[in-house]
Amino acid sequence: MPESVTVFVNDRAVTVPVGATVAVAVMISEGVCRTSVSGEPRAPLCGMGTCFECRVEINEVSHLRSCQILCEPQMKIRVRG
Amino acid sequence: MTVSVDVLIVGAGIVGAACAWELAKARLRVAIVDQSFPAAGATGAAMGHIVVMDDSQAQFALTRYSQTLWEELLEDLPASIEFDLCGTIWVAADEEELAEVRRKAAYYRERGVRTEILDSRALQEAEPSLRAPLAGGLLVPGDSVVYPPAAAAYFLERAAALGATLHAGKSVTKLGEGSACLEDGTIFHAGKLINACGQLAPKLTPGIPVKPRKGHLVITDRYPGMVRHQLVEMGYLKSAHSVTSDSVAFNVQPRKTAQLLIGSSRQYDVAHDKVEPEILSRMLKRAFEYVPKLSTLSGIRVWTGFRPATPDKLPLIGPWLEDPTLYLATGHEGLGITTSLATARLISAQILDTVPAISMDPYLPSRNMAAEIHA
Repeated sequence: MPESVTVFVNDRAVTVPVGATVAVAVMISEGVCRTSVSGEPRAPLCGMGTCFECRVEINEVSHLRSCQILCEPQMKIRVRG
Repeated sequence: MTVSVDVLIVGAGIVGAACAWELAKARLRVAIVDQSFPAAGATGAAMGHIVVMDDSQAQFALTRYSQTLWEELLEDLPASIEFDLCGTIWVAADEEELAEVRRKAAYYRERGVRTEILDSRALQEAEPSLRAPLAGGLLVPGDSVVYPPAAAAYFLERAAALGATLHAGKSVTKLGEGSACLEDGTIFHAGKLINACGQLAPKLTPGIPVKPRKGHLVITDRYPGMVRHQLVEMGYLKSAHSVTSDSVAFNVQPRKTAQLLIGSSRQYDVAHDKVEPEILSRMLKRAFEYVPKLSTLSGIRVWTGFRPATPDKLPLIGPWLEDPTLYLATGHEGLGITTSLATARLISAQILDTVPAISMDPYLPSRNMAAEIHA
């Protein structure tokens, strides 16, 4: 079992420990998950799938809660500014 | 407390709000009363599609006239109204519906409404998310979308700037013969009364032919570019006309926020406002048939509302029976947002005794209505 996993956030490789959520990779790489309607940057708030602030696009599916999904090898994550 | 005004309007939905503004413009003293808050009824639940319809000559005249009134307002509308000139595409699934597209195009063109007939390929190019192949469609580029509660709030704000007063959270217990009694004991005396309570109008004016017609709507998360025009199935009228059973129709609207509104459903004789999974599921299945990708999106909220429906699908605009002080402005069913501005012009013309831009006869509450439709 490898101890780390590499994903791509906006095409940039990010390596995190196995078991890390997508939110971790996104925060390391971008520091922001999405932009609100009024243009404010948003990041994980509750960390337990309730607040929906941490939504990102994963493998071309948008609006997934990054705090609820574990990083998998080669995952393509997109954060829109 | 007793208050004296020229006009008292009950109902601060978009129709009441538009009437308040129009009459305040004529320097009348206007008060508007609502049992809860502005846009709390059908206005707040509606999609906000400003659409020209040709279900009947009279419906065309009213929707077309009202659309031109919206266009006149354009420059002044605040951003909160989210006005979007996205156009409508009437989607034809088969040759029969395509024939209807051609008829509709000719009807609109003869009356000066721009249209463009899309063949199967042009439809795919205009809306790549639609399933292929479909027979074609009719693009009506002048149709638009607004956010109805914000529009009602804007009309009220403009009315207030001209001296109109809003009395929210006040129930009217009695309306007629130049006065309105409020639950809190306030009595309004007014030369003219306007019942603009939507589907609740018969509560204050018993006997008027308005029935609630329930609808469901879903709003999704933001998906930029997925749908570009308001998309309505050409078979929509078949479903809207069905008066005996519950019906659903494909009707999807892109919001300026890139969210999508998904409709529509129509039900008579349902008194409760709860979301009903069975009809919601039928409605969504219909939408997925046209735009398969919709099934992968996140819906974030579902709600219901009640359209004020009349037997002949035309609103009630004008005096009611023998009470010379009482006017109706209700019964707009699913077109109240579109026709609010025209309704206000007609009511104003009647009250001020001026000549309106279109004939008011088809909408007068005293007209003959086909009674069998409400069987």
